[in-house]
Amino acid sequence: MMTGPAPAPRLLDAGESGLVVEFGDAIDETINRQVIALADALAARELAGVREVVPTYRSLLVLFDPLALSRESLREEVLALWPPRADAGETQGIWRVPVLYGGEHGVDLDHVAHVHGLTTQEVIDLHSGADYRVYMIGFAPGFAYLGGLPEAIHTSRRTGPRMGTPPRSVSIGGKQTAVSPPLSIPSAWHLLGQTPVRSYDPARTERPFLFAAGDTIRFVPIRAGEYERLCQAAEAGEIAAEWEPA
Amino acid sequence: MPVHLVIDRPGLFSSLQDFGRFGYQRFGISASGAMDSLALQAANLLVGNPRGEAAIELTMLGLSATVEDGPLRMALAGADMPFSINGAAAEGWRAYELAPGDRIDIGVARAGMRGYLAIAGGFDIVPIFGSLSTHSRSAIGGLEGRALRTGDRLPVRGATAGPLLTLAPAHRPRGEGAVRVMLGPQDDLFTAKGIETFLSSDYRVTDKADRMGAQFDGPEIEHADGFDIVSDGIMNGSVQVPGNGRPLVLLADRQTTGGYPKIATVIGPDLWRLGQARPGDILRFAAVTPEEAQAAALAHEKAILAMAGQMTEVVRPGAALTSEWLLTHNLIDGICSATDPELSF
Repeated sequence: MMTGPAPAPRLLDAGESGLVVEFGDAIDETINRQVIALADALAARELAGVREVVPTYRSLLVLFDPLALSRESLREEVLALWPPRADAGETQGIWRVPVLYGGEHGVDLDHVAHVHGLTTQEVIDLHSGADYRVYMIGFAPGFAYLGGLPEAIHTSRRTGPRMGTPPRSVSIGGKQTAVSPPLSIPSAWHLLGQTPVRSYDPARTERPFLFAAGDTIRFVPIRAGEYERLCQAAEAGEIAAEWEPA
Repeated sequence: MPVHLVIDRPGLFSSLQDFGRFGYQRFGISASGAMDSLALQAANLLVGNPRGEAAIELTMLGLSATVEDGPLRMALAGADMPFSINGAAAEGWRAYELAPGDRIDIGVARAGMRGYLAIAGGFDIVPIFGSLSTHSRSAIGGLEGRALRTGDRLPVRGATAGPLLTLAPAHRPRGEGAVRVMLGPQDDLFTAKGIETFLSSDYRVTDKADRMGAQFDGPEIEHADGFDIVSDGIMNGSVQVPGNGRPLVLLADRQTTGGYPKIATVIGPDLWRLGQARPGDILRFAAVTPEEAQAAALAHEKAILAMAGQMTEVVRPGAALTSEWLLTHNLIDGICSATDPELSF
């Protein structure tokens, strides 16, 4: 598709204290890797005046203090970090995230199976048989947007959102899948199951956020007994997901 | 035992806010923070606090509260809210010392939208992710992650040293003219006509205006090519234009990411005006260059420092106006010779 070196990113103003570094306009792993590589490289520079960086699918938002760092200096710093190292933004490992699919834990599983002419078990096998990339965390604390959903279960979002979905839901919307935090949030995505894993827990002081953009996630189907046991462990502060370094 | 401010009546939506929560938006944590950062800073400076200490942000209707377990100092700034202490009329933009048993009542704003009640020494509450700002939608910060309720007992650090300050009306912030924006980051997704419409029309604040954002009504802004983008990061002040063509300015409690094109960004120095805008208010937006916006940020900071310098010590009733007393206070700066108090006023 693309030949030769990737073009330098677009630098777009977001007010006097925001800079958007845009690498493309698609949900694409190569683009997302560039975003995360720049986020990491910029964070490592520890520039005075950079307040924080917000990596998303295809761009990086840099928030800065214009009284401490000029727009021009920031632009130069960003362009000096281009291009990123070839291996930058690669996954550091895989999270194995247990999921109890269907029933009251995933009220849309039957619907998704019906839409695609599959059995519910086939939907579970497809959904838990793929590796997903965390493209970004956004919308709500710890809400992970995941790419890599098998095409056979791409499913248009619901026409109307539910105002409150169960905490820790695992859902699919369009070409993506997602893990909800332990909060009830509005969503138009289809609910396939629930995980005991708390992607966000402010009481878990050492690791309040489990996933970060660039991680890989694989879902592991579990039964109700295991789910209950892991829920209790997670509430006691355990991670309840397994991390396998790359 | 710490001093407490006990909430007798919470008002419409009263929550603890400081400058906001930074460094966690990449994990989906909204920044939150005061909707009118200028008034927050004024209220804090009046009681001798650091500018970004957490204060109670009041929305349209203020609260009633009683002081318990010791004295405290407080000041109210921001929206013009009627205010009384033990039933006697009191003023905004002025520090007061309150004794245990004293009760404050803050009513409905006559102008503006949000008042800030700062307490000298601040609140003795543990910050979450570095901030006391309340984000009620995700139940983070403040008191139990929520707006205040009747019966809440807020522990305050009772600082009572230093002068009681006031800020004269002439030196209080005034919002005049158009709200300044910098175009972008997605102004290229609008037609030239759409941008012209945005910058030349009156827009009215609708009743869909809260801490998350302010929805405006007015002429439809023309998109160049659809109105769905791949979600990206959002600033405080991002002007989203969804499918209905009307601007939605995202504010303190905004979500961290969004999927509508952003035609412009309200510059930091003018954000406080959106925090004080009431439903029905008419605003215009004017574009400034990056250089002008940067100069405005610097001018804004200087104006805050100047405002701090313009705060004067409250003249306590009954205090003798001796020349010695006047000489030690900057009350008559610029009006007459400080060496001759007889010529004052």
